[in-house]
Amino acid sequence: MNATKWGFKKSLWVFHLNAGACNNCDIEVLDCLCPKFDIERFGMKLVGSLKHADVLLVSGSVPRKVVPDLIEAYEQVPQPAVVIAIGACACTGGIFKDGYNFAGPVDKHVPVAAYVPGCPPRPEAIIGAIVKLLGKL
Amino acid sequence: MASTLGLVLSFLIFPGLFFTAVMGLATQWIDRKVSALVQWRVGPPWYQPFADILKLLGKEIIIPAGARRAGFLFAPMAGFAAIGVVSTILWLTNLHGTSFVGDLIGVIYLLTIPSLGIILGASASSNPLASVGASREMKLVLAYELPFIIAIFTAVTKVTPMTLRLDGILEYQAANGVLLGNASCILAFIVCILVAQAKLTYPPFDIPEAETEIMDGTHIEYSGAALAVIKLQQAMLLFTLPIFFITVFWGGLVFSGWNILYTIVKYVIIIVIIVLIKNVNPRVRIDQAVRFFWGPVTVIAVVGMILAILGF
Repeated sequence: MNATKWGFKKSLWVFHLNAGACNNCDIEVLDCLCPKFDIERFGMKLVGSLKHADVLLVSGSVPRKVVPDLIEAYEQVPQPAVVIAIGACACTGGIFKDGYNFAGPVDKHVPVAAYVPGCPPRPEAIIGAIVKLLGKL
Repeated sequence: MASTLGLVLSFLIFPGLFFTAVMGLATQWIDRKVSALVQWRVGPPWYQPFADILKLLGKEIIIPAGARRAGFLFAPMAGFAAIGVVSTILWLTNLHGTSFVGDLIGVIYLLTIPSLGIILGASASSNPLASVGASREMKLVLAYELPFIIAIFTAVTKVTPMTLRLDGILEYQAANGVLLGNASCILAFIVCILVAQAKLTYPPFDIPEAETEIMDGTHIEYSGAALAVIKLQQAMLLFTLPIFFITVFWGGLVFSGWNILYTIVKYVIIIVIIVLIKNVNPRVRIDQAVRFFWGPVTVIAVVGMILAILGF
């Protein structure tokens, strides 16, 4: 395994993108950063700029208005990068799948590496998904 | 160390870029671990800053559509090289006593280059948030340089005969005890710690790169290897500033017998003070920061200067 790949696995910087979520998944993502779960143990941290990110955490059902922004955000992340869909809405559309403005789910527009179901998923589930993803990278 | 090859090697490898980068990243781990302990967390493993840099080197560099390409990419390199030169001067003075007239002024001048490089790069990136960050960084530089220069020249005034050579200051301290034993230099040292906070853009003076309001401000558009250079430059500054303060105020770096331990303790004390100030303070506004540096801090620095002239 070469050095940059090792570095990528040991230091995932996370950008959190709300694509029309109800804010509940977002709160669970923030819980991962708090002292109880402390994902900085695994070298992950939340960054404010898309240009610094390695992981795009997308939550929400992706309404029609959000689609161009979601694609533009994905294109701004420097490669290599992965997308993780957080919550039932991002994975399948959830209860909004028959909505008049539903244009998702996320994997219809950008390639998704991992799905975390739940409404909202627990912080343990999010961390578990990332650990499984690290094994696959 | 007289030969040109020796000087080039000492700039590139031992006290210069490579050594400073490695030590700076190790220091950054101390910073992150102590911050985590203050916040009742576990914190990252020891190799974390190295993994960050390796990862950034392997990523794509995105240049924004409206950016000036050369200015955007080369601006961080200026600060990176300047910090390497500062570290080389300080270590060669401490280890071999090689010094030249006015190297103190050179060091003060070179310590400003990283901020200027960041301002240039941010202005070239054609991002409004980066412009806001650059203008804040400019105001911050204007604010902290005045008390910083007064504080450093307090040490110069205290040394007899007055000298602008770093080895002159070191020889005086070896003969007459450290400068930190004097009331005037204690005030100057406090000013220097506060200025270090602003030079490193740590809270309470992380106004140019405020994460929550302007998303890393000055380096919002940087990615990949360019961002790695900026992160390395910050780490090297974190390593070099305490060495500078130890050299000027606290007897320098001595590596013989028990003094090795004493030198490391001095370094760790300064780092921990900086990290604790970082962790227990909120971010101030830019006008509050300018008022703070031109008001109370400059007054403390001037009082220290007057005490030094009076002989305390």
